[in-house]
Amino acid sequence: MAKSARQSGDNALATGLHVWLLRHLQVFFYSLGQLSRHPFATLMTAAVIGIALALPAGLHVVLKNAQQVSGGWDGAAKISLFLKKTVDDRQARALQAQIRKLPEVGQVRYISRDHALEEFQRLSGFGDALDALEDNPLPSVLVIQPGLAASQPAQTRQLLEKLRNYPEVDIANLDMQWVKRLYAIMDIVRRGVLVLAVLLAMAVLLVVGNTIRLAIQNRRDEIVVMKLIGGTDAFIRRPFLYTGFWYGLFGGLIAFVLVSLSFSVLSGPIERLAGLYQQQFVLSGLDFDSALLLFAASILLGLGGSWLAVGRHLRDIEPA
Amino acid sequence: MIRFTHASKRYPGGHDALTDVNFHMPPGQMAFLTGHSGAGKSTLLKLIALLERTSRGQVFVNGQNTAKVPRRRIPYFRREIGIIFQDHQLLFDRTVFDNVALPLIIAGYPHREIGRRVRAALDKVSLLGKEKVYPITLSGGEQQRVGIARAVVNKPALLLADEPTGNLDPALSREIMAIFTEFSQVGVTVLIASHDLALIESLPNRVLELKNGKLVADSGDDSEQVA
Ligand SMILES: Nc1ncnc2c1ncn2[C@@H]1O[C@H](COP(=O)(O)OP(=O)(O)O)[C@@H](O)[C@H]1O
Ligand SMILES: [Mg+2]
Repeated sequence: MAKSARQSGDNALATGLHVWLLRHLQVFFYSLGQLSRHPFATLMTAAVIGIALALPAGLHVVLKNAQQVSGGWDGAAKISLFLKKTVDDRQARALQAQIRKLPEVGQVRYISRDHALEEFQRLSGFGDALDALEDNPLPSVLVIQPGLAASQPAQTRQLLEKLRNYPEVDIANLDMQWVKRLYAIMDIVRRGVLVLAVLLAMAVLLVVGNTIRLAIQNRRDEIVVMKLIGGTDAFIRRPFLYTGFWYGLFGGLIAFVLVSLSFSVLSGPIERLAGLYQQQFVLSGLDFDSALLLFAASILLGLGGSWLAVGRHLRDIEPA
Repeated sequence: MIRFTHASKRYPGGHDALTDVNFHMPPGQMAFLTGHSGAGKSTLLKLIALLERTSRGQVFVNGQNTAKVPRRRIPYFRREIGIIFQDHQLLFDRTVFDNVALPLIIAGYPHREIGRRVRAALDKVSLLGKEKVYPITLSGGEQQRVGIARAVVNKPALLLADEPTGNLDPALSREIMAIFTEFSQVGVTVLIASHDLALIESLPNRVLELKNGKLVADSGDDSEQVA
């Protein structure tokens, strides 16, 4: 047993590292060569992994787009500032200009008391009854659409508190019921995607595990010989782990292509639809970070699956 | 090199394959292990190579008590032993060269060293011209010689052979034995299990005979025996 240790001890550390790297590289490409001997079977396994991963990855992209769209609907959350009756028209307009300058604010619409009355008469049908009133009972109103910087519900609420503190403001109201609902729904969907992703990740783990298990069985004789002539567990394990790595990489590649293809098919019609709503909307596909995450996940799952199979089945094979 | 002291092996299920075996083989000796089919020859070799563990007693290999070798050290332990089988256990999807190189690759030898040693080992078994062919295209005797080359490429101090001539005709068997004799002459300890009595009797080597798991005869029983 001292022979191999002596061997590497003789070499300089750099050479030892070099040999180590070389051996890993050899196995790395050897396992790729083994896979390429059965291209169809390899493709099938990789495709299963790819499809399983494309689903959560695609949904993730859909969610991100939905978020972007709902970001465009931040106008849905409106803050109404009812001003004190003592605030006259000029002061109200000054306040409007002041609020408009806040970075969190998108648009500010001013409804004067007269205008409010007019509108109310028109919409309520109480026109004549209101004429009987001597005084205009309605306050002037500033209607504020939060800008992008305050599109999240919590940020909108902060803005509301800020606006409420202006001395001219009597009552500050936030109407965002349905935006809250939208966010709640999106939260559910996000969790759903997460659950789905976890389930499908487990499926990928099992698919890879099973494929590697079969590979181990097919190469039983070879493993026995390796063990007979002094192959360590790590040595015997290595090609199978690299095989898992390749499955993961190919699966990730297929998932990436599937998602990209699907979105390029969808982007035209969706942009047309957005155009019909006079909305500027560009469908975004997998961005760099998400693609990186996809590949990292698929490779890790490939390695993990083969690790499971190797851990369970390699020990069972002993020369006898 | 090899020492058995009251070594016994009982397989799961209660069958006693070996009972109270005692013998000692000094380094560089070549000996035959004989006996009827099922006598325990393979079992004895497996105890030496740690393919099985002793149930009782001790087996020492190169001064090391095999019972003390933990599972994870077994691969390193086996690298010191060349093992040859009747069914030669070659990998048929690899060339002769790759088969013989396997122990060196496993032990992490550098590339150049591997080529040199593999050629040296193939030379010793007179197969130098066949490095690029696949084992399936070789005759039985040639395949067995590839197995021997693989067993010795690592220059182990101990060679174990389990019925290495079982499938070969007498002339080829004699050839194989001559190769083993050469190794023992350069200091390698060689233990060969065989029931080919005609062949064994034609050679001057020590013979250990097993019968139903007991060592019943030992032609070379010298003073080295265990006290
Ligand atoms: N793995 C095993 N489990 C149970 N019994 C075994 C096992 N291997 C061998 N035996 C039994 O042990 C005895 C000795 O076997 P073996 O060492 O192979 O004999 P030989 O090699 O001399 O023919 C035989 O009776 C055989 O059936
Ligand atoms: Mg036998």
